[in-house]
Amino acid sequence: MSKKTKRNPHDKRHFTRRTLREWGFGYLFILPWIVGVSIFFLYAMVQSLRFSFSRVELSNGVILRPLENGLFENFVKVFTTDVNFPTTLANFGIGLILQLPVIIAFSLIIALLLNSNIRCRSLFRMIFFLPVIIATGPVMSQLTAQGVSSVPMVSQNALLSVLSDLPEFIYAPINNLFSSLILILWNSGIQILIFLAGLQKVPRTLYEAAKIDGASAWESFWKITLPTVRSLILLNSIYTVVTLATGGSNEIIELIYTATYTATQGYSYAMAMSWIYTLVVAVILVIVFLLLREKSDRHVVYEQKRRDVKENAGR
Amino acid sequence: MKEKKANPDKIRKRENQKEHLKSLMLGNAEKRGFLGSFVVYLLLIVISFIFLYPVLYMISRSLMSRSDLLDSSAMWIPSSLTLHNYESAVLTMDYWNSLLKNLYLAVVPTFCQVFICSMVGYGFARYNFPLKKMWMAILILAFLLPSQTTALPNYLVFQNLRMIDGTIKPFLITAILGQGFKSTLCILIFYNFHRQVPQSLIEDAEIDGAGHVKAYFRIAIPLAGAAIVVVTLFSFVWYWNETYLVRNYLGYGTTRATGLTTLMLELSAFEDSYANAYTTWASSVTSSDRINDAIRMAGTVLAIAPLMILYFVLQKQFVESVDKAGITGE
Repeated sequence: MSKKTKRNPHDKRHFTRRTLREWGFGYLFILPWIVGVSIFFLYAMVQSLRFSFSRVELSNGVILRPLENGLFENFVKVFTTDVNFPTTLANFGIGLILQLPVIIAFSLIIALLLNSNIRCRSLFRMIFFLPVIIATGPVMSQLTAQGVSSVPMVSQNALLSVLSDLPEFIYAPINNLFSSLILILWNSGIQILIFLAGLQKVPRTLYEAAKIDGASAWESFWKITLPTVRSLILLNSIYTVVTLATGGSNEIIELIYTATYTATQGYSYAMAMSWIYTLVVAVILVIVFLLLREKSDRHVVYEQKRRDVKENAGR
Repeated sequence: MKEKKANPDKIRKRENQKEHLKSLMLGNAEKRGFLGSFVVYLLLIVISFIFLYPVLYMISRSLMSRSDLLDSSAMWIPSSLTLHNYESAVLTMDYWNSLLKNLYLAVVPTFCQVFICSMVGYGFARYNFPLKKMWMAILILAFLLPSQTTALPNYLVFQNLRMIDGTIKPFLITAILGQGFKSTLCILIFYNFHRQVPQSLIEDAEIDGAGHVKAYFRIAIPLAGAAIVVVTLFSFVWYWNETYLVRNYLGYGTTRATGLTTLMLELSAFEDSYANAYTTWASSVTSSDRINDAIRMAGTVLAIAPLMILYFVLQKQFVESVDKAGITGE
């Protein structure tokens, strides 16, 4: 919209001066961030990449030495000499893939319940949002240590004993899912509110019209509700992956942190670890995006392009 | 004859009653029935309880005396309320000093972060400039990728500047340069918000002779009030709750005796602090005062208490934040 208003022929006379001024002010406003992101993100990424591909010597500052046993020595070392990292990483990945649908389905159900005509909605919303405020790494680990991370009434044992025949690397994340079910659900506060905000935008008349046409509640859910929250499912899934991957109760982050300050492992080793971790998270993000992206997206982009071409041709 | 006539009436009446009862229980086209409501409320209450269970457990445990902990019959309700655990936890965490330090460490960077992120978000939303797409891509990448890869190089940058000394400096510098905790998300929220403001409002002001900077302060900022509230509250919560990066910026060897600290750091070091404190008290207290679950839970309650209070006071602002930030309005 904004582009169109600016693109009137009147502007053409002042094109250079006005546009230059605009560029200048645009950069002025984002200047602090550009400086920051260059130092603390771009430079830092390059640095950590360099660390992971060399041997770091700590003597009066950081000195980088070339590796002796091949370019990927650090990465190989992470997988061959470390006992904890590969299993923790696998558990994290599988756990994430298991937790994601649970969180998304759960927060959608809660949002649907809250969206129906009920009393005390704000009270319930307050309860479901509370964990967003208090769920931090140290608090979570205290609660896990107390064994209150799961509902005691649920008889998990029956189900788990059936599953215990599975191989360890699959069984462990499932076991983890059940044993910290509450803490996993605690991660759904923001997602519930995002779904709820989306659901409240669906006009009630749409449901009424569907009902008159003879649609059951079940059909309206699939035909009206789900399509409207579809883009939100993608948004929420990405948000969930990002928060779980950077969240405080994450064992891999602890591993990387300790490796950094352990004499036998050191900086380059820790950075190799963190790059492997980043890659895993990135792959999961891409998979989530590809799976949940709306199929019609490409079509919309195509339409948009066609319209643009038409517009340009018209001028 | 009469009976035969009465019968269809009776049957119809009964049918009507049945129908009425059915619609009352199961609902009809207009209203959800009693059973439907019952199920919805039951689900909500059960799930609410599950959500609150750890918090309730925490509070009830923290008030238990030593004998209650061992007594399995006192699972939920302490036989006698004791604040002794809280006294121990306050001493262990050096609570009031740590609280003040934590407030300082959370409030000051929060304000810097809000100010800068609003500006950057506005810059992205209002102006077109070369390479804008590239910078936006970097912004989103910085949001998506875990910060563990950049944490160590950033630590080294500050170490070279001799700023890892347990002070607020690294926090301030990162916040001012738009690289504070979750700054990227704040920028995206402001970007989304400023984009929804009609461009003509700002352009009119610019034509009326107000400069670009003035238009931002006079028009864009007052219009972004809701976003400012949201980002301020959440930044505060993020600064309060972060541990990994806080430890990084304060330095590995910094303790509360030599520099700033946060309650979350104190909580994660609770066990060791208690052991240290215990040896110094050992002469004056009885041996039964070894660390136990009740004291740990009291420490946890104390660590989250300030945010809980903030949440109960401002719960409306928190809960409505998602609506107001316009995350869903793509």
